[in-house]
Amino acid sequence: MTQISTARTLFDLHDVGVDFGNVRALHEVSLTIRPGECVALVGANGSGKSTLLRVLHCLLQPTRGKARCVARRHQAMLFQYPYALRMSVLNNVALGLWLRGVRWRDARDQALGALQQVGMASLAARNAKALSGGQRQRLAMARAWALKPAVLLLDEPTASLDPNAKREVEQMMEDFARRGVPQEEQGAAGYTTGDAPAMVFSSHNLGQVKRLAQRVIYLERGRVIVDLPVDDFFYGQLPEAASLFLKGERIS
Amino acid sequence: MPLLFLASVLLRSINQIKSWIICRALAMNTLSESVMTAFRLIMSADPLLFAIVMRSLAVSACACVLACGAGVMAGAWLAVARFRGRECVLILLNTSLALPSVVVGLVVYLLLSHSGPLGFLGWLFSFKAMVLAQAALVFPIVTALVRQTISDAEAQHGEQLRSLRARTWLRSLLLVWDERFALLTIMIAGFGRAVSEVGAVMVVGGNIEGYTRVMTTAIALETSKGDLPLALALGVILLAVVLVLNLLAAVVRRWRERRDAGLSGLFRSTEAGT
Repeated sequence: MTQISTARTLFDLHDVGVDFGNVRALHEVSLTIRPGECVALVGANGSGKSTLLRVLHCLLQPTRGKARCVARRHQAMLFQYPYALRMSVLNNVALGLWLRGVRWRDARDQALGALQQVGMASLAARNAKALSGGQRQRLAMARAWALKPAVLLLDEPTASLDPNAKREVEQMMEDFARRGVPQEEQGAAGYTTGDAPAMVFSSHNLGQVKRLAQRVIYLERGRVIVDLPVDDFFYGQLPEAASLFLKGERIS
Repeated sequence: MPLLFLASVLLRSINQIKSWIICRALAMNTLSESVMTAFRLIMSADPLLFAIVMRSLAVSACACVLACGAGVMAGAWLAVARFRGRECVLILLNTSLALPSVVVGLVVYLLLSHSGPLGFLGWLFSFKAMVLAQAALVFPIVTALVRQTISDAEAQHGEQLRSLRARTWLRSLLLVWDERFALLTIMIAGFGRAVSEVGAVMVVGGNIEGYTRVMTTAIALETSKGDLPLALALGVILLAVVLVLNLLAAVVRRWRERRDAGLSGLFRSTEAGT
C-alpha cells in the first residue's frame, strides 16, 4: 500500500480486493475520496463496509489492486465498541497523542482540551473502564479530536448506543464534518494543510446517513454497487439491489 | 454338616471384621496423634520446621520473580507478534506445560553438573540451583497462560491499538498493563506450582538438611522415615500457603470486578445527577 501526502486526494483505490482465506470480502473496489467529503458506507451485514474502512485506515493490506491512502498519522478511526485502557479518561486520550510522538505533559494538556470539546472534562480523572457505552464513544471521539485528523473514519459508531447517546455522537460527527478541528487547535499531531476534514462512516441507520452524508456508497457482497451524492441515492434511480435495500430500511 | 460349615464361615468373617476395625482404630489413632503433634509443632514455632518453611518460600519466591519477569514478557510478545515459525514455538511451549518436574530437575542437573555447560558456576546442590530449577518449571506455565490472556485481549482490542499506531512491543506492554489483574492471578498460580513441586528441587538440591531442604522434600523424607508428625505439620503449612495464595487470587479478582462493574453504575448515576 502506498501512502500519499498530497491533500488533494486522501484515498485513491483501484480495483482493490481483499480475501480472508477462501472468502472474498472485497471485489475490485475503485473509489476516490477528497478533503471535505462526508461519505457514508451502507449495505447489509457482511457487505464489506468494515473491511473497506480497515483498508482505508491501513489496518488491512489489499490482496489485489492498488490503494493509495493518506498516511495513518493524519487519520483517526472510531470503532463500534471503543477500547478504553484501565487508566483514567484523561490518560486514555493523552495516550493516543503520546503514541504519535507528543510529549506526555503536552499530550495531557491537549487531551484535556479535547475532553472539554466532547463535554467530558468533569470525568477526566475517572477510570475509563467504568464508563458507559455512550461515554466510551465520547471518549473515543475526544481521542480522535485530540489527534486533529484530516480524515475521521467511523465504523458504525452509534450502533450499540441508546437514543440519547446516539444523538450526542451524531452531533459530534456533524460538528466534525462541518468544521473539523479548528485551525487554532492544530498542533504537532495535526494535519496542517488547511484542507477541510473528510469523514467516512459506515451505518445501518439511513436517517443518519441522510442527515450527515454528502455522498453514499452502497456495497453488496464486497462490491460497490452505487456511489452517488446523497440526494441522488435517496431520490434518484437506483439499481434494483440498492433499491430493494432502501425499501427494506425505514427512513426516519 | 452344612450347619457346621456355615458356622465356621460366619466365625471367620466376624474375626476378619474385628481385625479390620482394630487396624482402622490404630491408624486413626496414629493419624490423630500425628495431627495433634503437627499442630503443637506449628504453635510452638519449632525452629527446624520454620527454617524449612522460610527456605521453601524464599526459593519459590525467587524462582517466581525470575520466571514471571521473563514469562510475562515472552508470553505477551508471543501473543502480539507474528513471525515465521510462531506456530512451532507455540506447540513447543504448550508441550513444555506437560513436562514432569523431575525431568526439569534432571535437565537442570545435567546443565549444572561439573561436566555440564553451566558446571563452572558451581551451583549444584545449592539454593541457586533450586531457584533455577523451579524457575525453569514455572516459566512455560506463566508464558503459556500470559500468552493466552494477552492473545484474547489482542484479538478484541489489538486493532484499535494499531489504529493509534502502537507497534508490537508497545501493544504487548499496553495489553499487559490493561490485563494486570488477570496476570496477577497467573503469577500466584505460578508461585503455587513452584512451592508445591518436589521432583526438581530434590534432584538439583539434594535435600541437604539446613541447606537445601524445603517443605516438599522434607515431607517426602520424613514420610519415608516414618516421622509422620513433622511430615504432616509441613503438609498442613504447605496447604495453608496454597490456600492463602488462592484466597489472595480470589480477593484480587473480586476487587477488580467490583471496581470495574460497581463503580460503573456509581459513575453513571453521579453524571446523571450533575
